This record gives sequence, C-alpha cells and structure tokens, in this order.
Amino acid sequence: MIRYIIKRLLYMIPTLFGMSLIAFLIIQLPPGDYLTSMIASMTQSGQNVDPAQIALLRRIYGFDDPIYVQYWKWITGIVTRGDFGHSFEWNRPVSELIWDRMGATLSLSIASLLFVWAVSIPIGIYSAVRRHSISDHVFTFFGFLGLAIPNFILALTLMYVSYRFLGQSVGGLYSPEYTGAPMSWGKLLDLLAHLWIPVIVIGTAGTAKLIRILRANLTDELHKPYVVTARAKGLPEHKVILKYPVRIALNPVVSAIGWVLPELVSGITITAIVLNLPTAGPLLLRALISQDMYLAGSFILLMGVLTLVGMLISDILLALLDPRIRFR
Amino acid sequence: MAEISAIGETGQRPHTGGPVLSVENLSLDFPLRTHILHAVRDVSFTLERGKTLCLVGESGSGKSVTARALMRIVDKPGRISGGTVTLNTDGNPLDVTALPDGSKEILKLRGGKIGLIFQEPMSSLSPVHTIGSQIIEVLRLHRDMSKAEARAETIELLRQVEIPKPEEMIDRYTFEFSGGMRQRAMIAMALACDPDILIADEPTTALDVTTQADILDLIKRLQTSRGMAMLLITHDLGVVAEVADEVAVMRFGRIVETGDVDTIFHAPQHPYTKRLLAATVKLEEGRKAAQGGPAEWSTPILSVREMTKVYGGGTSWFGKVPSALKAVDGVSFDLHAGENLGIVGESGSGKTTLGRLILRITEPTEGKITYRPGPGEEIDVRALSKDKLRDFHRQVRLVFQDPFASLNPRMTVKQVIADPLVVTGGMSGKAIEDKVAHFLELVGLDPLAMERYPHAFSGGQRQRIGIARALALDPKIIVADEATSALDGSIRSQILDLLLDIQRQLDLSYIFISHDISTVRYFCDRVAVMHKGKIVELDAAEKICTAPEMAYTKSLISAVPSPDPRHKRMLHRHRFQA
Repeated sequence: MIRYIIKRLLYMIPTLFGMSLIAFLIIQLPPGDYLTSMIASMTQSGQNVDPAQIALLRRIYGFDDPIYVQYWKWITGIVTRGDFGHSFEWNRPVSELIWDRMGATLSLSIASLLFVWAVSIPIGIYSAVRRHSISDHVFTFFGFLGLAIPNFILALTLMYVSYRFLGQSVGGLYSPEYTGAPMSWGKLLDLLAHLWIPVIVIGTAGTAKLIRILRANLTDELHKPYVVTARAKGLPEHKVILKYPVRIALNPVVSAIGWVLPELVSGITITAIVLNLPTAGPLLLRALISQDMYLAGSFILLMGVLTLVGMLISDILLALLDPRIRFR
Repeated sequence: MAEISAIGETGQRPHTGGPVLSVENLSLDFPLRTHILHAVRDVSFTLERGKTLCLVGESGSGKSVTARALMRIVDKPGRISGGTVTLNTDGNPLDVTALPDGSKEILKLRGGKIGLIFQEPMSSLSPVHTIGSQIIEVLRLHRDMSKAEARAETIELLRQVEIPKPEEMIDRYTFEFSGGMRQRAMIAMALACDPDILIADEPTTALDVTTQADILDLIKRLQTSRGMAMLLITHDLGVVAEVADEVAVMRFGRIVETGDVDTIFHAPQHPYTKRLLAATVKLEEGRKAAQGGPAEWSTPILSVREMTKVYGGGTSWFGKVPSALKAVDGVSFDLHAGENLGIVGESGSGKTTLGRLILRITEPTEGKITYRPGPGEEIDVRALSKDKLRDFHRQVRLVFQDPFASLNPRMTVKQVIADPLVVTGGMSGKAIEDKVAHFLELVGLDPLAMERYPHAFSGGQRQRIGIARALALDPKIIVADEATSALDGSIRSQILDLLLDIQRQLDLSYIFISHDISTVRYFCDRVAVMHKGKIVELDAAEKICTAPEMAYTKSLISAVPSPDPRHKRMLHRHRFQA
C-alpha cells in the first residue's frame, strides 16, 4: 500500500511538469500581454500613456524575454522559493492572493461535498431498495429538477428567500460587521448562517447526480448472489443491505472526489459571482480577462494539482474500500 | 468449538423421529404486470435426518425458488400463496410459512437451522470482505461467541472443509481463492452453526469435474458425520445418481415424480423423467453415428505444430519482470476433413486460449498453423496479413459458450446472421434474406423469426442462432468453445445432434472445446486431453473414455459422475497429484 502511494507520488512529478508547461502556454496564447490590455483600458479612459514608461515596465516584467526564459523564471521561482510571481493587477504576490481564495474555496468544497453525501447516500439507498415506490418517484422527480435548474437561478431564488423571509444579509460568506474581524464564535455562527445558500446551490446538481448513480449501482448489486448469502446467514435486512451491496455500490461515490475539487474551482464561477463568494473562480476569471499572466497561470497549475491530489485521494480510498483494487 | 465438534463427530442429535422438515402443498406466486405466474404449485416433500433428497429439473422449473422459500427468502414480488413448511428439529414443530416477515424466528432459522450453499462460488461470497470475516459473522450471529472464539472456530471449520493453511487463508479475500476453494469456504459458512438442514443449490455446476467430485465427496462426508438432512438441487442426473437417497423430479413448478433413487433411474413412471434420463444416458454411451474411421482420413485440413502462448514476462516501468505464464505449451495436433476433434480439460488448462490461437484472435508466441483448404493448397496462417486473415476467418468460424452474451440484444436475428454476409459484401438485400432464411431452416428455426430480437428466444434457440451465424459464410471448420455447456441436458443433446446433422450436409470439421467429457464422447471422433497448457493424451474418443493411459486422464474420467445409482463411479475414483 505504501509502495503504491509512493509510486503514485513519483508519477505525479512528470505529470505536474507537463501541466505547468501547458498552463504557461495557455496563458501566453492570447495575443498581447498585461501591458497591452492595460494600455488599452488607459487610453479608453482618456489617460495618456508614456511610451518610455511602458518600455521600462516591459523590461522590468520581462515581457521582452523569449517564452522559455519567462517560463524558466516562473517555474524556478515556484520550485525553489515557493514564489508564484507577482500579480500585476493587484500588485501583490500571487501566492498571497491564491491562499486567501483557496482557503474559502476549500472550506466551501468540503462543506458541499459533505452535504452531497449526507443527502444523496441515504436517499440513493432508499430509492434503490424501494424502487418504483411512490417515494422513489418523488425523489427522482426532485433529483431531475435539481439537475435541470441552472445554479445561478437557484442561487438568486435562495438569496431572495433568505433576504425576504429570513431577514438575512445575503451575498458573501460573512455579514458586513464580521468581514475582516478575527475568528470568533460569533463569526463562526455567522459563517454557518451564510454557508447554507452556496452549499445548497453548489450541492444540488451533485446530489441529484449521485442519487441516480447510487440507485443504479445498488439496484445492480441488490440481486447478486452474495446478498442472498448474507440473507441466508440470518442477518437482519438493514444489515444485509448496508454491509454488503451498499459497500460495493459506494465505489463511484468515492471516485467522484477526484473531480469534485477542480470542478469547484472552475465550475461554480457563475454561482460565486452571483453570490459574491470570495472563492477562486471569479478571481481566475478576472485574471484571464486582464491577462494577469502569473496569477492566471498559477491558478491553472493549482487546479491541475488539485485534480491530481483529488484523484490520488480517491484512489487511496477506493483501495481501502475495495481489496480487489488493492491487490492488483 | 469442542462441544460442537463433539456433536459433529458422533452425529448424535436429539432424535425425535419423523421428518426434520416437511413441505406440504407449497405454492409460490409471482404477480406480474399482466398475469400471475405460478412459479411453484402444490409441492410436497419431506427431508429426513442423514438423508439426501435431490430436486431435479431443467432451468426454470422452480427448483431454486422452492428451496429458498424454505428459508423464507422469496424475491419480490413473489410470495408464498399456500401450503406449509414445518420444521421439526427439537420436538416442537414450527410452521415456517406462518412466521411474520423479518421476524427473529426467521432470522434464527436462516443460517442457524438451515444452511444454504449455492451455485456460483465466484459471486456468492462478498468480494470486499475477507473469507474469515464472513464466516465469523455467522458464528457471532447465532452462537453468541466472542471475536476470538469465533475466529478459532472459523479456522477449525476451514480445516474441516480441507482448506490448506486455514490460519492464513482466513484473512484472504474471495478473489484470492479458486472456484473450488470458494465453494469449500461457502460450505464452511453454511455449516458454521451446525444446521439441521443443508440446502445445496447446484453446488458443483460451475466447477470442474475433479473439483466437483471432491466437493460432493466433502459434502457427503460432512453430512454423514453431522447427521444433517440435505436438499440437493441439480440438473445433472450424474450427480443425482452419485449422492441421492430420494429424488423428486420437478417440471413447470410441479413435482411430477418422487421416489428412491434406484426406482427413478431404473423404473421411472412419468414420461418427463424418462425423457430426462434418455437425454443423459445417450451422452454416456459412445457416439451413435460414427462416420468413417481414421483410415479414411488423408491429409489433415488443419495442422497445429508446437503452439505456445506465453502471458506476461515483459518488463514494466520499474524494470520488474513479472513471472511468465505458459497458457499453452507446445501443443501439436492435426484436424482431418470431416473430423470432430474434442479438446477437454479443466478450467485454466489452456483449452479456450488454444481455440483463440488457432483463429489468431490471440496472437501465438510460437508455433505453426497450416490450413489446407483444398488439395495441394497450403496456407501458413501465422504469416497471413490482416486482409488474408479475414478470408481465413470466413472459413474457420467460432461458436461461443454463452448464448445470452454472444448475441447483440439490439440486433434482430436477421441482422445477427446476416452480419458476416454484409461485412463480406457483394450480396443484394433479397439474396441475404433468402440465405438467412435458409440457415434458419437448417438450424431448425422458423424463418419467420428473423425479424425478432434475441431476447425472444430461449437459451437453446439462441445457440441455434449462434450456429446459423457461424454457418453463414460456408465455413470449412467450426471451433465450438463450450458451445453446449450453458444448456440444459435435453436441449444440449438436441444441439449436438443438430451440429452432427449440419456436418453431414455441409462437409464440416469441428474443433469442440469442452470441459464436459460425456458430451465430447458423444460428439467427437478423437479427443485431446489438456492439462496445464499441454496435451497429455490424444486418441480416439472411445479409447480415452474407456481405457485412458495417462494418470491425469484416468483421474479426469473417473471423476465424471455416472448417471446410474448402481454404478457409483466417484466413490472409487483415481486421484491425480501434480
């Protein structure tokens, strides 16, 4: 097992190198650079641009160097000093910006993942065991509804409900009075009060998907001979189902972790903008628009890392859950 | 542990007299959308201590449902619609059918009083739990043991079912066990709580003959030493003759005939029983319509020389060389025109791989295949290009084992059979249709059936469709890989007769791969016996089956159950150590 993990970690190194290369190429692909887009916006607003100053900036930022030199500077900075470069637009080190946003993104991810599991696993099991019952049809109906409603509409609806009927301040993760305040019990409660809307919005589609997957998988497993064996042992019915078929049907749930992490960074951007959440998505979008290349590149790289880490975690969990994978 | 083995060894139980379980007029209904299916109707039988009742019938006759109903395991939407099941283990008769669903009494009875073993040892144990944990669970459930006690008892049970090194094997997973080992573990589990009744539902159907003989042997011994009653369900009359005391023949949900094993085999009353017996005995005798002898055969149509297939043995990224496995090891044989060559062997002996190598579906590692379509013509199959190989595949066709998996469920029968014709090209739609109709008639199906989908056909009919597909390109050789193993006895002999009939009409040669020796004996002129990738013996079918020379062949032949209770062969069979 440990050998397997070490092997997987070693395999990650060349993959990461390739990813960094691609990430850098992607951000270099659009014509122009941060300065051209800055000049464009400055002339648009009627400001004068001094060509000498621009030339100076170009040299300082290193835009005149060939691409591989720029890449080399960027990647050595990351590897040797943990320095992801400097955000032109924010005029702050990229790492600072990213960690800020990543913290919020991760906590939101984990909260919604837990929400998805907490809701979908029991419902999925129930739906599979009582297939074609009225309650199964009701859950299926709501499941499809959840899949079909665009996230931002759900977000707007919930914001309205929360503002109109619960009298809560909406948007963001904290009420105005706690923004920037140090962590305290009050702030934590405030966070929880705000968290439910994004968690539901982000989790609904995932929950619906997972219910369907679990229901289909478990339906297949329920009629396998080993379930009859368990029943013939004299185990009570709920134990038969939870201990045997459910455990095997859970595999896809665990492997979903792999793509949940990166999806949360890029997939919920619109929701995050609507709800004004301090997550990575909106920041990445802005960085891409303004060609803030180090910020954008680092985000893309980090998403790659998250995908790899997510896959590793889900593979390790799968191996723990299913010995057939462990011994292969 | 000590206390239980004391009971086990002496077979002393509180004897109450009378049957330990009696079933009276049991009926099971399955309400379907349009009508009610009476899966089991008015079934009555009794089980006595130390005796074995065999429930015989073809698939779909309601054997398994009946057996499971005794433990009140009835899949939805089925229900027990009438009759009683009375369990009398300790002098207090208990009506099982009257107990409420999921009640404690039922749970106590399952595993505690009645043990169940069933067919597929591959899937009847959970793949994600260790063998030990699954057995320990039963012990803790019914016998109130501590974890350590249950573990010790489990090791003892595994030893009783003759699993080597039980201390180690207890922590292994099911996929690390072979089929026979899994069935042993399953038996250990069923016997863990010393049940009064053992239900064995086709316990050896999925196993090789020698393993089957070992397992039946084991079950029989454990049954005698523990004084259990056994209900054995099977469709194999050979197994019945070997182990049964009483036999009940089931058909369409009813028991048509009951009697002691000798009466059933030697003085059957019901026409269905007679038919079942006729289909079996036929296989046991030699080939009826032996046409021609070896003298007539001139040049072989297909010659295989020193065929070898090695799996593994490459290098991985980390430079480790996994041990190579020789699936087929230096096999040579000739197939003559019009000959039926049987290849028999146990699972893992390389017979299926050999079939695939001949067709080059799997690329051989070494060896030479020479195909002679006509006089003077010689084709080196291994040197063929992709296009030429396609021509070769037109003349050498494959029929698969599983009639349910080998037909695309979304294609009509016409599409299935016409597919090879369409691929070859050069025929109009009408000509193809005529040809399909012709082949359907040839395999004994109504040409009008060509617009229907495979699910509308039974297993035997599907296998006929598979054969029609193989015939579509006028082949010279047909490689039939376990083509009849998934079929019931009477249907199997129909298919075999069909194959022989077609051979007479179309001048075919067969390579018939099978694990079932009686089938091979009926069908083949010569037989090659494979063991661990090598051909150990190759001779006329009669000779192999009646006077085998090699030790391995002897053990294989003697493990085949004989469908005659007066000549139980397995009791004094040869054992082969290798």
